[in-house]
Amino acid sequence: MIGIREKDHQVSEHTEHLDASTEQLVAPSRLSPGRRAFNTIVRSREFSILLVLILVIVAATISSSSFVFGGNGWRDLLLTPSILVLLAVGQAVVIITRNVDLSVGSVLGFTAYLTGRLFIDHPGIPIPLVVLAGLLAGAALGLVNGVLIGFGRVPALVITLGTLYIYRGVVLTWAGSNRINASDMPNSFGELGTATVLSIPVLFLVALVVLIAVGYYLQTARGGRQLYAIGSDPDAAVLYGLPVRRRIISAFVLSGALAGLTGVVFAARYGSVSSSAGTGIELQAVAAVVIGGVAIFGGSGTVWGAAIGAVLLVTINRALPTVGIPDFWQQALVGALILGSIVLDRVLANRRARRLIGARDNEATTGATA
Amino acid sequence: MSTVQDAPAREARSYRSYTRPLWWRLLFNREAAVIAALVLVILWAIYFVPFFGNQLTMTFLLLDIAPILLIALPMTMVIITGEIDLSVASVVGLSSVLLGTLVDHGWSVPAAMVVALLAGVVCGLLNGFLVAYVGLPSLAVTIGTLALFRGIAVGLLGTKAVTDFPAGWTALAKAKIGATGLPVVVIPFLVLALAIGLLLQFSSFGRGIYDIGLNAEAAQFTGVSVARTKLLLFVMTSVVSAFAGIYFTLRFSSSRGDNATGLELQVIAAVLLGGVSIFGGRGRLPGVIAGVLLIGVLSSALRLQGTTVNVINIIIGVLLIASVMSTSVLAWFSDLNARRHNRSRNRSGPTTLAPAGVGNPKEVDR
Repeated sequence: MIGIREKDHQVSEHTEHLDASTEQLVAPSRLSPGRRAFNTIVRSREFSILLVLILVIVAATISSSSFVFGGNGWRDLLLTPSILVLLAVGQAVVIITRNVDLSVGSVLGFTAYLTGRLFIDHPGIPIPLVVLAGLLAGAALGLVNGVLIGFGRVPALVITLGTLYIYRGVVLTWAGSNRINASDMPNSFGELGTATVLSIPVLFLVALVVLIAVGYYLQTARGGRQLYAIGSDPDAAVLYGLPVRRRIISAFVLSGALAGLTGVVFAARYGSVSSSAGTGIELQAVAAVVIGGVAIFGGSGTVWGAAIGAVLLVTINRALPTVGIPDFWQQALVGALILGSIVLDRVLANRRARRLIGARDNEATTGATA
Repeated sequence: MSTVQDAPAREARSYRSYTRPLWWRLLFNREAAVIAALVLVILWAIYFVPFFGNQLTMTFLLLDIAPILLIALPMTMVIITGEIDLSVASVVGLSSVLLGTLVDHGWSVPAAMVVALLAGVVCGLLNGFLVAYVGLPSLAVTIGTLALFRGIAVGLLGTKAVTDFPAGWTALAKAKIGATGLPVVVIPFLVLALAIGLLLQFSSFGRGIYDIGLNAEAAQFTGVSVARTKLLLFVMTSVVSAFAGIYFTLRFSSSRGDNATGLELQVIAAVLLGGVSIFGGRGRLPGVIAGVLLIGVLSSALRLQGTTVNVINIIIGVLLIASVMSTSVLAWFSDLNARRHNRSRNRSGPTTLAPAGVGNPKEVDR
């Protein structure tokens, strides 16, 4: 132990010439805390996505100032992505554990319809109770996913593809051709969809609170770090004694609960709910997570990135018509964006690996000559 | 998915599956179970569902599931290598739009078909290059190309739809072979199924596909060109999808950007139901074909009985989950059995440690 420390000390004299980015990688504690924090943020994957997002917003605002400053521009800028942000946060937690939840779209449809039915069947039901019901229903559906995956030892992709069909089938059976219309729900609930506090939409605040809570948990709590450990190497996590099954089940419960909450938000935002609400949104959620820099095979990435990815996806869709590209092309651009971001991830990972190897070789040679 | 199994001492073979006689292995496996289920459902439908035994029902059933049948064949090979291709439905849409646009601009149908198939080749090359040579996870890549190809299709045609096709070609898509009631599209399907079946079973290319699914690194060392094989498989999948897109367009005389949206999940559900392991290395064509037919027959019969689409959704989902859970449940039972028989013997450990994830994680750190 002492020998290693001595060697480390010697090396530090020889590695002064290393550039800052390598230094950040190899020996971050040698930098001053302020510099380190600055580097961490500026060099992070999330920051680059945020820059792209800002670029898109600036470009759209230059060609049409109402994009941000118009009557509903600012509100829509924050309000429209809220739904996808909520889904992306849940999806990111599941993907970090090297699983995937394809059933979120169907869960969203289920709770959106449930919200409408509760208002119709129980007039005067308090809104918090409805939100709670949506959360619990979503959590229950997520629990089914989690238990099947945790105890059945079967791939999440297959199970959640199955429950995607089952949950959607349940909604279709339940709703039939009925629609929930805005007039079926109390006005106060519909107003919640567009209400603002200090010019910030309430639904955006909801998404922000969820994001910060989940992000803080993943970053600092023991359970959150265990989720990353499980995603990095599930077998090693078992051998290390982590409660793998419990953690995976709770990740799916969280994803389900957030999808349930999103269903309630969906009903409040759009006012009308048919049995096909949320169809196909699961792939958008996965796409947002991937764009945000969460590795599809788990173990790395943050919910911050996933959330920014979701905002970017939605904002690009809205910005395209303003900059003069027909909105038919938006999906193609989204596809190119997904491909670009995973290629970028690979390039960055390769470069980091090369730097680390270079630093190690450097250390080996200087260590030998000293 | 390394499965550690202890072979009985009296047998020289190390795989448990080979300790049984041939007839046992042929009769009691996943594929046989799916085929048996298919036969049972068909018999039930013929006896209890009015009009199911009808020739017309069979014709329409085959016409409806032909795209899924076609795409499921190459998709089986892709999933056996441990990869996945979610972009197939978008390739169907893109080829449909290309066919429609070109015919609308006065091209002849065969020339437009060639362009649509070439577009399939390009799509497959893009998928295959990113997965096999850049080494990106196929799940992420094909979610990206799912959006990209669909976006190009929608971008080209907008909300328009081309519905004017030469009557001869649209009739061909719905034509029947003589008086048999079998649609003509069955012929390319049978040819393709036979070719891919032989390829998988008897060619070194096909055996290499299983090798890659079991262990890509070991396959590389035994002389399988892993990257080239994967590239070829993605190209084949996209070309077949483009062909299915041409069929889809002519059958409904409609070329739209959103044709066949969501078909990818139906194809994958059918393939997995047919006994192909999502982790790769396991699966046979007869099971897959039976899986597609099982879903098709069930939905057709239930629709004839007046059941609506929602119940069919639920049944597909339950079948899918049951088919993968059954492996775990059977393993658990045989584990229990083995433990009861050899209480004193040390087990060599559980088959897998952790709950399984999203697919084949072997490719991650390449």
